[in-house]
Amino acid sequence: MDTSFTPEDLAFRDEVREFLSRSYDEELQARLASGEPQVYKQAVIDWQKRLHEKGWIAPNWPVEYGGTGWDATRQFIYDSERAAAGVRDVVPFGLKMVGPVLYTFGTQEQKDRFLPAILASDEWWCQGYSEPGSGSDLASLKTRAVLDGDEYVVTGAKIWTTYAQYADWIFCLVRTSSEGKKQEGISFLLIDMKSPGVKVNPIVSIDNHHSLNEVEFNEVRVPVANRIGEQDKGWTYAKALLAHERTSIAGVADTKRGLAQIRDFAAQEINGGRSLLSDPMFQARMSDIEIELMALEFTELRVLAAVASGGAPGAESSLLKIKGTELQQAVQSLTMEVAAYYQGVLPNELTAEQLGHEFGSKARQSYMYGRAATIYGGSNEVQKNIIAKAVLGL
Amino acid sequence: MNFEFSEEQVMLRDSVARFIQDDYSFDTRKAIAHSEEGMSRDNWRTFAELGWLSIPFAEEHGGFGGGPVDIMLVMEQLGKGLVLEPYLATVLLFGGLLQKGGSAELQSEHIPKIIDGSCLGAFAYLERQSRFELADVATTAKAVDGGYRLDGEKVVVFNGANADQLIVSARTSGEQSDESGISLFLVPADAAGVEKLDYRMMDGQLVANLVFSGVEVPAANLVGQPGEGFALMQAVILEATMALGAEAVGIMEQLNAKTLEYTKTRKQFDVAIGSFQALQHRMVETFMAYEQTKSLLYRAVCAFTDEKEDAATAVHALKVMVDRAGKLVFGEAIQLHGGMGLTDELDIGHFAKRLMMINTTFGNGDYHQAQFNTLRYN
Repeated sequence: MDTSFTPEDLAFRDEVREFLSRSYDEELQARLASGEPQVYKQAVIDWQKRLHEKGWIAPNWPVEYGGTGWDATRQFIYDSERAAAGVRDVVPFGLKMVGPVLYTFGTQEQKDRFLPAILASDEWWCQGYSEPGSGSDLASLKTRAVLDGDEYVVTGAKIWTTYAQYADWIFCLVRTSSEGKKQEGISFLLIDMKSPGVKVNPIVSIDNHHSLNEVEFNEVRVPVANRIGEQDKGWTYAKALLAHERTSIAGVADTKRGLAQIRDFAAQEINGGRSLLSDPMFQARMSDIEIELMALEFTELRVLAAVASGGAPGAESSLLKIKGTELQQAVQSLTMEVAAYYQGVLPNELTAEQLGHEFGSKARQSYMYGRAATIYGGSNEVQKNIIAKAVLGL
Repeated sequence: MNFEFSEEQVMLRDSVARFIQDDYSFDTRKAIAHSEEGMSRDNWRTFAELGWLSIPFAEEHGGFGGGPVDIMLVMEQLGKGLVLEPYLATVLLFGGLLQKGGSAELQSEHIPKIIDGSCLGAFAYLERQSRFELADVATTAKAVDGGYRLDGEKVVVFNGANADQLIVSARTSGEQSDESGISLFLVPADAAGVEKLDYRMMDGQLVANLVFSGVEVPAANLVGQPGEGFALMQAVILEATMALGAEAVGIMEQLNAKTLEYTKTRKQFDVAIGSFQALQHRMVETFMAYEQTKSLLYRAVCAFTDEKEDAATAVHALKVMVDRAGKLVFGEAIQLHGGMGLTDELDIGHFAKRLMMINTTFGNGDYHQAQFNTLRYN
């Protein structure tokens, strides 16, 4: 058992720090903070292209497909440094979700066609899983794909599709058969968002932002060549993807950064002549979170180390998802307590200078949208069902 | 980065696990708990023969030269068996103090006897008023010709009933709660002026209150420098707290496994109660609590060998988690076993009571959380 860093690891850490501080510059950060959708989108793409040039865009991919070949220690170092520097993680839909499905289950043609554009951020992906009638019971999905020559004709609707308004492609679960078990008639299709019959309807969420959408498919024609693997076997591929997704949405490093920020905020907030940080009640609330997070960091390392030595993320990724999202929400909630009255301030009413406070409005937006974390990727209650069945054998 | 154990470590773990499996059934343990000494001398000899008593000691004294990982592996298994023999008191506390602070003479005289099983030891540090504060020491040690004279009382001394040798904290200078001025002394349990009152605790262990009335010890019996005992006992108790965390993790594993097994076989409403989602989700919570505690245990163990992290911070975090997760795990184990969970006959309650005793030993969760907060936020 050994978690110490070698001199090479420490040199790597310095390289990561140096790269991040140089490349994630103020000009880029200003564009990322822009409320203007196209400015924001281009800034995200620019940042990901810088990572791609550095060769660090896909740490979780095998080297032969453009991954970094980092061991568990380096993945951990990279993610810790990234989060500690306040650097956003990559948009997951291409790099963390459909990418691994493509290199694992795709044909050579599909790999050649799609992987380079994912790595270079030349194509933006979104995820078509949930439907208006299929949430936690994902396998009940009804979007139909009917074979017509060498094309499928797709009709139905997907919902909660993050950044569909930016996307060039969507990966979809569609029903190709209603025979047998409901999991068995599902296929995995890649659909060009520019195809005739695709319509994106925006959904404004509880944080007053537009990132979610409903995507309608009205007799959209999709080449059979865009199907991953076999027809009716899409559930198998989707499940593999979900395990990857759950591992990455634990967000331990980013939650750690959130907690460090709370500490800074609380040190500045004065209550009754004393800093909030020195208040024993507040300290207890903070350490309730920090101690669970210290544990989860090692739980994640244990999973990472197991994956690095040949395992695949399995049901333990459900544990990471449950605990990770609970802690994200705990941090968001505590940040709101620190913000006090200023949590209620709406954006663009007064400047931070006029108010004397800067994080209240952002804290609320994170807190409100953060409610999604225990719902998406399979609600936490569904994750508990998965652990009960797959780990506990119930 | 890896979380695997060396071949030697796996052998050590398996040898303790085999002993528990073959020679430490719940009924055997019950008989030992009710015996006069509350422990088995035969078992202690076996521990010596298998080399477990030598683990933390330096090779020059015949020790195994083991580290925190080895201790963790042994304690986890001892926890699974609810082992009553005084491993913590003799090897980790008494032995740990000698190993870390004892003079060469004290070490070469006593450590080989710990290793061969002929010496049982105890650390007498708690007092009636001291609760969890190690520095609250009212027992006095006055310098007399060629040595010291000890007066005072120590309470809840683990293995105090059977110990041959004691290490006693006493004040040589300073005020009652000062960290400086505390000295540690090796005192033979049969020294003139030592009075002993034995009693049993809820987890089956036999402890003692010890009264010291004018007990004289030579200066050579000082463990560590005079007046500087606090840092020494703090360091030894920090490692022992990690070890207790390992014992707790072993107990939680047992409780979860037994509860899971029970819900798969116990039928109500014509089905196994484990098929009810309300119960499944509770068992998922206890599974996660166990995994999270184990992660903090690993973190604490690694902190002792890895400079990235302060070991005290990691151990405080672990002890907080042992408190919270432990209560959840034994609480659910009793609830899911229904009425049977309340019986003395079933082992569940005995695991619960050991967890409760672990919880309060060396400071409860709230105490360690306050320590954690001081280190992290002040």
